Amino acid sequence: MSDSKIQENLQKEDAYYVNMGPQHPSTHGVLRLRVGLQGEKVIHVEPHCGYIHRGIEKMCEKDTYSQIIHLTDRLDYLSANTNNEAVCLLVENALGIEVPERVKIIRTILDELTRLASHQLWWSVMGMDLGALTTFFYGLRDREKILDIFEESTGGRLLPSFNTPGGFMHDIHPNFVPRTKEFLAYFKKKLPEYNRLLTGNVIFQQRTKGIGILSKEDAIAYGVTGPSGRASGFACDVRKHHPYSAYGMVDFKEILYTEGDSFYRYVARMDEMWESMKIIEQLIDRIEDGPYTAKMKPIIKLPAGEYYQRVETTRGEFGVFVISTGDKTPYRMKFRSPNFANLSALDYMSRGFKIADMVAIMSSLDLVIPDIDR
Amino acid sequence: MKEIIQYFSDVFHAVKSLLTGMRVTGYYFFHHKEIVTQEYPENRATLKMFERFKGEVLMPHTESNEHKCTGCGICEMNCPNGSIEILTTFETVDGKKKKIIDKHIYHLSMCTFCGLCVKTCPSDALAFGNDFEHAVFDRQSLTKVLNKPGSTLNKEVKE
Ligand code: SF4
Ligand code: SF4
Repeated sequence: MSDSKIQENLQKEDAYYVNMGPQHPSTHGVLRLRVGLQGEKVIHVEPHCGYIHRGIEKMCEKDTYSQIIHLTDRLDYLSANTNNEAVCLLVENALGIEVPERVKIIRTILDELTRLASHQLWWSVMGMDLGALTTFFYGLRDREKILDIFEESTGGRLLPSFNTPGGFMHDIHPNFVPRTKEFLAYFKKKLPEYNRLLTGNVIFQQRTKGIGILSKEDAIAYGVTGPSGRASGFACDVRKHHPYSAYGMVDFKEILYTEGDSFYRYVARMDEMWESMKIIEQLIDRIEDGPYTAKMKPIIKLPAGEYYQRVETTRGEFGVFVISTGDKTPYRMKFRSPNFANLSALDYMSRGFKIADMVAIMSSLDLVIPDIDR
Repeated sequence: MKEIIQYFSDVFHAVKSLLTGMRVTGYYFFHHKEIVTQEYPENRATLKMFERFKGEVLMPHTESNEHKCTGCGICEMNCPNGSIEILTTFETVDGKKKKIIDKHIYHLSMCTFCGLCVKTCPSDALAFGNDFEHAVFDRQSLTKVLNKPGSTLNKEVKE
């Protein structure tokens, strides 16, 4: 053992251990962190997963491909629509089905609406975690508008289960386009309010700037994707580099920063909201009339083989891997969930900071626990 | 000297940033009409969900107590978590034995509102209802029989 390793082990033995979670208000769900402290300084963090493990991957093995969709809703429930899409895209690509252009465009719009709703909730909660309860009400006020759009068209507010292999369950509501446009006009006025309330706030800045720094190399090594990775300079936007659905048809910017601290992870998400609105604006007038689904057989069987599909959810790269034996259910299904990879960097990022900073770091990573445990 | 100036400029900027935030909250303090709080459950009488809202699975019946379910069992097969159980019996019409639905049992407590049963039913016998207040004291009462007692199959449905 090298000297530094011995030193580290000695420190770990000396540390005072505190459980953060599974019922801590800032772990949002049931994540348990075993935090080793020396005074107030964090020596190391051990995440203990499994408090909300439901065995979704195993459950998928007995479900048909249409039935799997509703399970993916329950992974990262704040990017439910994007998760649905990943499975649908995988099945469509495996069968070589070309979905109508209308479906592609609507899927992209729904994805971006999901992203906006999720970022709004994250913003609300990040403020709340750092002691500014006001933000919670402002964020939820605007999120309600997106949930209404979802409710009207898909029937589900949070978990739409709207995508099916080939297209959608049913057509969108006639009010979908006007309502989305109305929301864009509304939210453009409200987003600057977010900046005035929180971004410039001196307390918030001092609690996030320079806290939980992750370099580009480490972001790549830990596989930290999504806005958290891009704030460290890791260009990992699947929408940009491996476009799916209608992302190839739109012009948007991949938000990149090099600082990699909690504050810039925050800024990256704020900027992403503007980009999302830009994407929706470019597509909303291009929805043509037409079928809402491609022709599919009632029983979907994937040819034997291995398939992988990735999409960009709100928190990073979400991957679905399927081994099929030609049956109507997959032989093995594996999800690459962004939160699990992002969580793995938490130990490294929090070392040397104070225990109160852990809350800021966790909020800026925007963890969703059911996605980690699956 | 430089530090002192820095100190006071920091204090000034800090106060300014706090006031910027206070301006936003202050605005809504005086414009409370713009705040959109829904006063649930006081607004129950006027609260209306969107028509597609998935609150529970129902079987619509006509006025003459007819439904469209033939008892084919496709919804039961498509339900990912066994929330639906179809019990059938036989009815003799013109000397021929015919399979009809006896009980369409729906476990609301297990349903995940995936919508597959409504979508795949070949005779459109199922629909989503808007009711979302399902809290009960007894778990058993969440198991429902969707076809009403004494109901018959709508004649227009072909088998
Ligand atoms: S509800 Fe529809 S799918 Fe289910 S048994 Fe009746 S007819 Fe068949
Ligand atoms: S909505 Fe889905 S889970 Fe619920 S009864 Fe229908 S098929 Fe089953």
